[in-house]
This record gives sequence, structure tokens and C-alpha cells, in this order.
Amino acid sequence: MNRIDQKFRELKAKKQKALIIYLTCGYPDLKTTEKLVLELESRGADIIELGVPFSDPLADGPVIQESSAYALKKGINLKRIFSLVRSLRKNTQIPICLMGYYNPVLSFGPVKFVQEALKSGVDGIIIPDLPPEEDRELVSLSKERGLKTIFFLSPTSSKERMRYIAQVSSGFIYYVSLTGVTGARQSLPSDLKENIRIIKSCTEKPVCVGFGISRPEHIAGVFKIADGAIVGSAVIKAIKDSIGKRDLVERVGRFVREIYVR
Amino acid sequence: MLPDKHGHFNGFGGRFVPEVLISALDALEKEYRRAKKDRAFREKLNYYLKRYCGRPTSLYRAENLTQYLGGKLTIYLKREDLLHTGAHKINNTIGQALLALRMGKSRLIAETGAGQHGVATATVAAMFGLECDIFMGEEDIHRQELNVFRMKLLRARVIPVYSGSKTLKDAMNEAIRDWAANIRHTHYVIGSVAGPHPYPMIVRDFQAVIGQEARKQILEAQGRLPDYLVACVGGGSNAMGLFHCFFKDKRVEFIGVEAAGLGLHTSSYAATLNKGKTGVLHGSKSKVLQDKEGQIAIAHSIAAGLDYPGVGPEHSYYQKIHRASYAAVTDSQALEGLQLMSETEGIIPALETAHAIYYLKVLARKIKTKKTAILCLSGRGDKDIGIIREHLKL
Repeated sequence: MNRIDQKFRELKAKKQKALIIYLTCGYPDLKTTEKLVLELESRGADIIELGVPFSDPLADGPVIQESSAYALKKGINLKRIFSLVRSLRKNTQIPICLMGYYNPVLSFGPVKFVQEALKSGVDGIIIPDLPPEEDRELVSLSKERGLKTIFFLSPTSSKERMRYIAQVSSGFIYYVSLTGVTGARQSLPSDLKENIRIIKSCTEKPVCVGFGISRPEHIAGVFKIADGAIVGSAVIKAIKDSIGKRDLVERVGRFVREIYVR
Repeated sequence: MLPDKHGHFNGFGGRFVPEVLISALDALEKEYRRAKKDRAFREKLNYYLKRYCGRPTSLYRAENLTQYLGGKLTIYLKREDLLHTGAHKINNTIGQALLALRMGKSRLIAETGAGQHGVATATVAAMFGLECDIFMGEEDIHRQELNVFRMKLLRARVIPVYSGSKTLKDAMNEAIRDWAANIRHTHYVIGSVAGPHPYPMIVRDFQAVIGQEARKQILEAQGRLPDYLVACVGGGSNAMGLFHCFFKDKRVEFIGVEAAGLGLHTSSYAATLNKGKTGVLHGSKSKVLQDKEGQIAIAHSIAAGLDYPGVGPEHSYYQKIHRASYAAVTDSQALEGLQLMSETEGIIPALETAHAIYYLKVLARKIKTKKTAILCLSGRGDKDIGIIREHLKL
């Protein structure tokens, strides 16, 4: 069974929700990303999203943009990311999703991308600028081979769209809490609860909420209504604040522990 | 007729955007299709194009340039430089502003490179009483400072973009991000035949007036269609505007002229159709300048309006089916083209247009028999005076 499905099943049995942490791969370097994954798993992360850096990340706010540019300067590419995942798989079975923009995937070759992802131990892919209808082959190939394709819904999605995405998304559904780009916000949007309720009425699949989630009260709020919370920019900010410090990994680990106590 | 209902031009185009934008693109497409069938909308659009912008623009027979280049290639200039704000860009911004009003949007945003699209958007925003923010790369703000001041005079905010190459590509990223955040009351006025569906179609249709007029005018002037249509291509809106209604006139050859920057043998150019490979940038699939990892390359051109690593999907389609060919002209050749037009015809063209002008010289040398060409004189050169002065010692 795919590690993502397995994880949600386990959590459900324990009546728990998923804490999903986003890390820009290679920020500040690949070795640190590897250590961070293991550290964050020990601090309570249930699923890891590994960001594939892209030159023009148009769904991302300044924090993730900056981390991507930084990683790109260090020569991070898909090949090195796959070998990082391979190396991680010697030590952990935590579900790993790759999150990256479509052009590097297209350039790598979608078929080869799916094959390499599975071979290295990736469980799912999240491509924010790829609506499922634009690459049906990638979706069906992934499905056939057992790689989850996680698609998005947002506050502006129509009911019809919700039904379509709920049907085609696998692993979980990524609900973007707000209209805008990634990045920390003060509070959760007021329409969150109602929108999650509507999505949940269309599907049994887990629904996880991301964008703007940075504080303990956000996570607690999301856990009341959805199946998981995704924290990205806040963690990247914590990494940024610790760059150059010898205990970067522990510091980021403590940060994650502080925003969420199970 | 393409695009198909998914916005695809035979494998190019489409909608590669974050989910939050999908509903707005759907709404825009629906509204546009309704507006197109609405006589009142068309009348209003034509009214503003005529009374406010100064359409139809003249098709001017450039006799001096024709003679200077040997007399075999008769050159007509489609004078979009005579339009209000000095370039073809306003054909599209008038149309999109009217759409925004129909959709009840109170704010316009736009990206701009050379500043012409920014000025054209700020202009219609001022006229229709809409709020307006223009995203512009910091590098372009510097090289097109005159247009920055014009936008401010028109009460638009010019928001500098510091990311990436600090040019048009990055301005477009930032505009898309802003749109995602403010989608409920903001309309994003894309300035070229690029971006996600339905933009390439909408911008093409609004710019197609260039070719519709030119076709009628050339038939009146010489009783037959031209042999060549020549226009510069960055994103490709003036070129598509000129080409589109000649699509079925198979004997009319389309030539798009891209920016070769410092030369196609260097790494500094913006000739996407000549040097790019198929990819996805800013919401559509088209040719894209990129490295072997699929990271978007930084383009270079002396003309800010051509300094873009992408190109409209319909041009990639025209190239694929061999309906159009795409040449490339360097920075220094463009400067030569600019001087050529200024000195022979007394018309100072924009640096973007100057690329296409230089190509006329190449074309005139190539042809064996008498031929006719229409050049889209897409904009005037006032905005470029600062940069031209840096390069030319007069």
C-alpha cells in the first residue's frame, strides 16, 4: 500500500490528523534537507513535501521564492533530488511528496519523471501549475504505477470543479486556504470551515489545508475541520533564521515542535 | 478555428495555472464570448477605438525607404505608432477594460516591459475610473523611465519587481501572484498573446483590427494582397494582430522578427521561437527559452518589450505548421533599422519595431522580383530616446 494511504489510515485509527511539512529541497543544502526530514519526523511530522526549486514559482510568496532561488544557485535538480530520496529511504518510511512546477517535469520527461520518482521512493506528486486536464497521461500513468497525484482546490473553486478534483486527486486533496500565494498570515480565513464541509460532502478522500498556516492556533483550527495541515513558509523562515548556525536542524525541529504538540 | 474549447492551438496554449485562477479564467472566457456576440459591446469598442484611440490608422506607402532599399520591395507601414499612447497596445487595453467593467471589476493590474502596455492600461484605467497597479521589472523601470513617469501622471501605481532578471518575465510572475490574491475585484490585463487561455485568444482578437484594416487598405491601394507581412515578436501581439485575418490567404507570407540580442551564437538573446524548446511559462505551453533542467532562461534584448523568454502559443503553432517563419535581428542591427526609418521616412520607431524594420533590408536583398510588404509599425520611439542616445553618437 502507498505510504500516504497507509499514513492516513493509521492516523484515522488513532483519531489524529496529519501534520505535513514543506521543505525546499537543497535549502540551504541537500545534506541539511536530508537531516531535516529525519529530525522533523521525530518531531511529529507525518508527511514531507519536498519542494523542487523552480526559477519562476508563481504560486509562491517571497519566502519560498527566495529559498528556491538559493537552492537553484547550488545546482539542485531533479536528478539530485531523486538521489536524496533514495538515500532517505534507507532510514525512513515517512510519506514523501515532491512539490514542483510543471516545466522542469516536462523537460525531464513526464514518463521518466514518474518512473524515477517511484524508483527512488517518492509517494506522491504535487504540481501547483498543472490542472489535471492539462496532462491526463501523467495522471493516468501515475495512477497505473501507484504514484499519488495530489491536486488543489481553492476558495474560488466551483462545486463542479470540487467534484472533478475530488475524483481525480489521489492521496489527499490539497485545499488552498486563501486566494493568493504561499506565506504566513495572521489568521485563518472565515470561509474555511464551510468550504471544507462542502468538499468533504463530495469525497471520502483526506482533505489537507495549506497556504498561510504558521501558528499553533492555525493548526489546531485546521485539525478541527480537515484531515491535515500543511506548513511551508513558516518552516522555511525558521530555516532561514538559522542558516549559518551549527544547530540549524535542531532549531527547526524545535520550531515544528512548538507550533504543534500532538 | 483555433484555439479549441480547452484553449489549445494544436498542442500549444492551454491553462497551466494554480487552481485559484481557474474560476476567474472561466468567468473571463464566458464574459468575452458573451460580449463578442453583443452588438452594444462591439459598438462601444469601435467607438473608443475610433474616437479615443484614433483608428483606423493609416497604411502609409514608404516610398523613400522602398527606393533606398533598391525599389524592388514596395513597403507599406501600418502606422500603429499614430494611435493614442503611441503603440498598438491600446487596441487590447480598451477591449479588456470594457470586459472588466462588464464583470464589475474595480481594479486593473498589468505587467509591462517597455512600459507601453503599462501606459495603455493606465490610460484606460484613468479614462474609465478604475484603480490601476502596474508591475514592472526594476531593470525596465530604469531603462524606460519616461514611460514610468507617464504611468504615474495617469495615477497608476508602478510596482517595481526585484526578483529574477528584474524584467518582463518577473513582472508577469508578480502580476499573476497579485491577481491570485485579489481575484475577486481585480482584472488582470495581459498585454500580449501569451498567458493562460483565454488570454491568447482575447488579445489576438482585440489586436486583429490591425490586420483587418491593413487588408482592406492594401486592397484599396494596390488591388491585391501583399506578399509579406513583417512584424516584431516578443510575446507577439502586434504580429498576431497583423497576421491573423490573413491566415487563409496562403500566398501572403508571415515573417515574425525576434530579438537576437548580442547574437544567436551568444547566450544573450530573446529569440524564443529560434532558440527555445517547448515548455510551460506563465500559464501556457509554447516555445520557451530554458536550460536543460527546465529552468527559465534570462532573455536579453535592447528592446525591453522583446526581452522575454516566452512567446504566445499561437506563434509556436504558426511555426509548427509552417504558416509563419521567424527571423532574428540583433541589438545593433535594430539600432541601424531605427536610424534607417528615422532618416528615410522621418519616423522614429520604437526599438521593438526597429527589429522588424532591419529585417526589411534583409528581405529586400533576398527577393528576385518585385514584391510588396506590410510592416507593422507597432510603436513610436519617444520612450527609447534615453537608451538610443547611450548607443548612438550623433
